[in-house]
Amino acid sequence: MPNMSLKRNEMPVQAPDVRNRNFQEVALGYTEEQAIDEAKRCLGCKNKPCSTGCPVQIDIPAFIAQVAEGNFAEAYKIITKSSSLPAVCGRVCPQETQCESKCVRGKKGEPVAIGRLERFVADWHNSQSEVSVEKPVPNGHRAAIIGSGPSGLACAGDLAKKGYDVTVFEALHVAGGVLSYGIPEFRLPKSIVQKEIEGLKALGVKVETNTVVGRTVSVDELMNEEGFESVFIGSGAGLPRFMNIPGENLNGVYSANEFLTRINLMKAYKDNSSTPIKAGTRAVIVGGGNVAMDAARCAKRLGADVTIVYRRTEKELPARAEEVEHAKEEGIVFKFLTNPTEITSTEKGWVKGIICQQMKLSEPDASGRAKPVPIEGALFEIEADYVIMAIGTSPNPLIKSTTEGLDTQKWGGIIADEDGLTSKTGVYAGGDAVTGAATVILAMGAGKKAAAAMDEYMQNK
Amino acid sequence: MFEILEKKSLNPTVTLMRINAPKVAKKALPGQFIILRTDSEGERIPLTIADYDRESGSVSIIFQIVGATTEKLNHLNEGDCLQDFVGPLGRATETEGLKKVAVVGGGVGCAIAYPVAKRLHELGVEVHTIAGFRNKDLVILEDEFKAASGKFVLMSDDGSTGEKGLVTDALKKLVESGEKYDRVITIGPLIMMKFVCQLTKQYEIPTVASMNPIMIDGTGMCGGCRLTVGGQTKFACVDGPEFDGHLIDFDEAMARGAMYRDFERKAHEDACNLFKGVE
Repeated sequence: MPNMSLKRNEMPVQAPDVRNRNFQEVALGYTEEQAIDEAKRCLGCKNKPCSTGCPVQIDIPAFIAQVAEGNFAEAYKIITKSSSLPAVCGRVCPQETQCESKCVRGKKGEPVAIGRLERFVADWHNSQSEVSVEKPVPNGHRAAIIGSGPSGLACAGDLAKKGYDVTVFEALHVAGGVLSYGIPEFRLPKSIVQKEIEGLKALGVKVETNTVVGRTVSVDELMNEEGFESVFIGSGAGLPRFMNIPGENLNGVYSANEFLTRINLMKAYKDNSSTPIKAGTRAVIVGGGNVAMDAARCAKRLGADVTIVYRRTEKELPARAEEVEHAKEEGIVFKFLTNPTEITSTEKGWVKGIICQQMKLSEPDASGRAKPVPIEGALFEIEADYVIMAIGTSPNPLIKSTTEGLDTQKWGGIIADEDGLTSKTGVYAGGDAVTGAATVILAMGAGKKAAAAMDEYMQNK
Repeated sequence: MFEILEKKSLNPTVTLMRINAPKVAKKALPGQFIILRTDSEGERIPLTIADYDRESGSVSIIFQIVGATTEKLNHLNEGDCLQDFVGPLGRATETEGLKKVAVVGGGVGCAIAYPVAKRLHELGVEVHTIAGFRNKDLVILEDEFKAASGKFVLMSDDGSTGEKGLVTDALKKLVESGEKYDRVITIGPLIMMKFVCQLTKQYEIPTVASMNPIMIDGTGMCGGCRLTVGGQTKFACVDGPEFDGHLIDFDEAMARGAMYRDFERKAHEDACNLFKGVE
């Protein structure tokens, strides 16, 4: 008999006024009992609506059925047939707009907590003593992956499972891309990211850090000199945007990328870190996406009073509802319909404050979003010690500018077809490098699609 | 891991290290830089490539001991390894079409100016080098510069070696005496480059300055190295490190360079005390 409770099992979390002072994970995960109880809420629909909402099409009812029976190892096997990074996706996927939005139980009551169950299964697996991995039989073909973020890792994992000799090239000193430098420890512990990467290495994937493709080696050299038959470009969207307003280059103005990289990659929040961060007691974050929430919550943990300014209203916030909720609980102040026009300076060239324009919403534009317009004369200043610009990123131009014959959009995105094929034979691309900044799971989906196409290309070459 | 093949003290505060880094050596060009970490907990610091040898696969760096990381670096010896060493980063010095160039270096900036002078010399460009130091104990690469330059002018602040005065005095003298340069390339402290650029602007000599701002990743990701050039924001790591000296906002660059000065001073003291304890 299924568990017909309309409510899902709550996941234990650290209390807001405790967690906003530490960098440990906010959500603590289900116990075995909670997981089994939640799994029993699944009706096991034959047509699997949830799976249609998953960018990598995990067989969700099948893995949940195994959880309900307590067969966690079996559940893990089912998930990893489709996903290379379950412990990551269980934490950072926007399930509420994907799998869980299609769940039949959600029509009357709350949908099955699919994300929490995925996370539970992955964490259960990772907590077991070394599970032996069957190394696939090598098929004699070599593929190169540029970038070790979600799209690259997903692509690498799928190709490795098929027997390809896969090398992942990473520019930084640590693999993981945005999972390592961008998403904070309290939302995605770095030990989990490294565990997932170790899992790929166990499959035979090689990871070469400290390699900037476009500088250390070019795409053409990888193919013509180093013997890679096919290349996947998953270099992400790492180039931070600025507003181009006066004062943006003052001391104390960070791009979200820089702020988060100092904290997550370089561990600047630790007392003994050799990488500095200048975090005063009043921070203003500009932007309303997940990155803005991450930056705000990091600033809070570094001891600041934090204000997020966003030019539209709460309804239009692009961040996940859960992230906004968490930010609010932690004491972060939101100022909506607020658009910065200038960052003011102390005599010594440091941030003093940020002048903002009060906005109102006009009629929805062609994109369906109401356009914010200024209310004339309604300007005010928020005092701040530092300002973080979290208004988006663009694809890094380095690979484009060093790879002849690789076509890109005007805004920098690599042009690729449905399967990820670019304008260059044998060269595929996916994730934020193609779409512009999006989500971890969409990037993974693109990496998987490209892996399938690369497999076909190399087999028929 | 990246082994230190050779370590040489050029003066009491400046050290040369030759590092085993075949992938970087294969692609390196004058004007480009690397980023290194000394150990697994270390910060990432950019250093300009001072020399490279493609055959042996080695890259030389020259650094001044100014902070905790360079202090730690200087305590490593031949046979030790660096944790990370990535590059070559940034754009190489543009050398095309040049016939006669004045290279103006100051202090440890001369370490970066040298490979540029050498490269131009090899390409058959007439190179005049002006190198400025505070005093004679701090002079580096004098013989190397002489070998790569048609003219070499050594300046010191206190007159203890070469001529007494600033590099701008020497440059002014050369230009006034009728030397015609297609370009001035200047590398050194920001304040020195600012005044070199002001001078060459008067004479309308195209000038590039090599910038060395604070950065983390070196691939265009963090924007920490941004500076204003001709009213536009540029990233030194991917758009530079060399820029049109007449368009750089040097005052802003100087303010940004001081962003972590307190932290750095304290970290350096801590590092020195730590090493004192060990020795």
